[in-house]
Amino acid sequence: MSEQVGKPLWHADAAEVFIADEPRTDWHDETLWFVRTKRDRASVQVPEWEELRELASGIKDHSLSNLDLYLREFEEKATANGITVHWAADATEHNQIILGILKKHGFNKLVKSKSMLTEECHLNPFLEHNGIEVVDTDLGERIVQFRQEAPSHIVLPAIHLKKQDVSDTFHEHLGTEKGNNDPQYLTEAARGHLREKFITSPLAITGVNFAVAETGGFVVCTNEGNADMGVHAASVHIACMGVEKIIPKAKDLAVFLRLLARSATGQPITTYSSHFHKPRRGQELHVVIVDNGRSRQLGRPDFRNSLKCIRCAACFNTCPVYRRSGGHSYHTAVAGPIGSILNPNLDMRANADLPFASTLCGSCSNVCPVKIDIHQQLWKWRQVLAEEGHVAPSKKVAMKGMAFLLSHPRLFRVAGRVGRSVMRAFPGLANNKKINAWYKQREMPEAPAQSFRDWFKENKT
Amino acid sequence: MSARDRILNAIAANKPALLPHPELKLSVSPDRENMVQRFMQAVEAIGGKAVAISNFDPVIADVVATRAAGHYVVNTISAVGALSDEVTTDTHADTLEPLHKAFLSAQFGVVENGSVWMTESQMQNRLVPFICQHLVICIRAEDLVVNMHEAYERISDFQGYSLFLAGPSKTADIEQSLVIGAHGARSLVVYVVG
Repeated sequence: MSEQVGKPLWHADAAEVFIADEPRTDWHDETLWFVRTKRDRASVQVPEWEELRELASGIKDHSLSNLDLYLREFEEKATANGITVHWAADATEHNQIILGILKKHGFNKLVKSKSMLTEECHLNPFLEHNGIEVVDTDLGERIVQFRQEAPSHIVLPAIHLKKQDVSDTFHEHLGTEKGNNDPQYLTEAARGHLREKFITSPLAITGVNFAVAETGGFVVCTNEGNADMGVHAASVHIACMGVEKIIPKAKDLAVFLRLLARSATGQPITTYSSHFHKPRRGQELHVVIVDNGRSRQLGRPDFRNSLKCIRCAACFNTCPVYRRSGGHSYHTAVAGPIGSILNPNLDMRANADLPFASTLCGSCSNVCPVKIDIHQQLWKWRQVLAEEGHVAPSKKVAMKGMAFLLSHPRLFRVAGRVGRSVMRAFPGLANNKKINAWYKQREMPEAPAQSFRDWFKENKT
Repeated sequence: MSARDRILNAIAANKPALLPHPELKLSVSPDRENMVQRFMQAVEAIGGKAVAISNFDPVIADVVATRAAGHYVVNTISAVGALSDEVTTDTHADTLEPLHKAFLSAQFGVVENGSVWMTESQMQNRLVPFICQHLVICIRAEDLVVNMHEAYERISDFQGYSLFLAGPSKTADIEQSLVIGAHGARSLVVYVVG
């Protein structure tokens, strides 16, 4: 979370704060599940859906296996198109390049459409620290920006908020009527406020959904039209992309544009799929290509295919843990299951909790439009983290003890007998969440009189 | 070493062995029945209005009436004639801000999602389809493709800027309530001429 100072809470602790408000947790859970069902309805209308997923996965596998050459081709074609290409090894270099362009022109403000990469690089606080006014123009992002929060979802940045929260925020920042919670009215207020920003901003930053090596152009997808409004009104456009956004050919876009919006929100395509190839006459167009740990992830065979992600957030919407813990519990720019396999690569120690924020149910992998084996990677990260000493000692001791017990049948039977007696005699022990973490949010069952094994011995024949 | 070379070297060292680019072939053959009707349904499903017309008279009438009401209008549809307020590639956002209605032609429509493909030369100015309050787009009934694969087969020149535009601007960022007219056009009418 870019605005927070100091170490954020671990996922489990932050989730505990989130679920303290039960009606809101239920609302969050149901709303995201509703988005998941919209995805299902859209996908079943396309008979070749599974073939498209297979193709998308194959194109991304191919692109990653030839990534350096495709990046060179993109650079060459983009340069020929009149685009200035920059390279940034990490977040610091990325931020410095953008500040450099602003300074060269003497600009002190900009508008920015959605870009998870700039969130990952903590660009906003960096620029604000350097005296630049940054206006996020996606409605959801503007709402959370006013509230000095980070987006809680990569597609629906303000999904953790209710309309009365937005109403209060707009009343404070835009002078809307107190208590008017009508989304139409609130959106209209933001439209007026942001139009003024679009028209007066000399520079616009966008993300990149897909960059095409063959043509040296890139595609940006939005529903609101905020990326285009900002870019076409500004005299300088900067587009920021991770190295993994490259695809080989323009025809590959067909596969991804068919999958992206259907997976994200159940729409057949986003309202605007804008293809940028050359700057407008008199305009400057910059592309910043960022590594920031991606080449390292490419070198980890177990985790490299996480780089295939097209940021649709289908895995968020389906995840039972995300839906009930909220995006902020993940304390990173990209939350949810995909974030939990990307972030340990960025900082293993700081994100060691995230691969454990999962039930390993596999629903994320089932909905992923590019077939990333997300739940397998969550499980593999747990092993890497334990190996590297990033797992809490209590968890390690408990796991070792469990492994010992499960591999010694006689001991297991004794332990079972003792456990049942203890639960009957001292229920306070088992039902104390300080001692027994499994008791949290659960009722312990009545301890049975005998084990299944004993029952079976008595009742067989 | 420059950041560029460090990045490219690291990628070259860490990338897996070359995998083939899959052949873009699907087992399902595209459905070509009732394309106009299906396209119009798709436009309506994404919040637009679709109208079938046999000639440009209704469009001309709309342009004339909107201008007569004193509104700022941009029209780039040649079949409608030279009825337009001034706009050039370089017209600034300040000037375009009061743009009430834009009448543009698109190259083709996509049946599977109700989008239309437009290039920069059809907009006069890249801001026009976004900054206008209302947008009217004309396509010819024969210019429809079934899906996005056929769409990209058909594109020969991306020009400097081009897009698939599908419906009016929208958002659901406030409690998932759909609101039409986020930043771009508040309404979209697609005329299918043929």
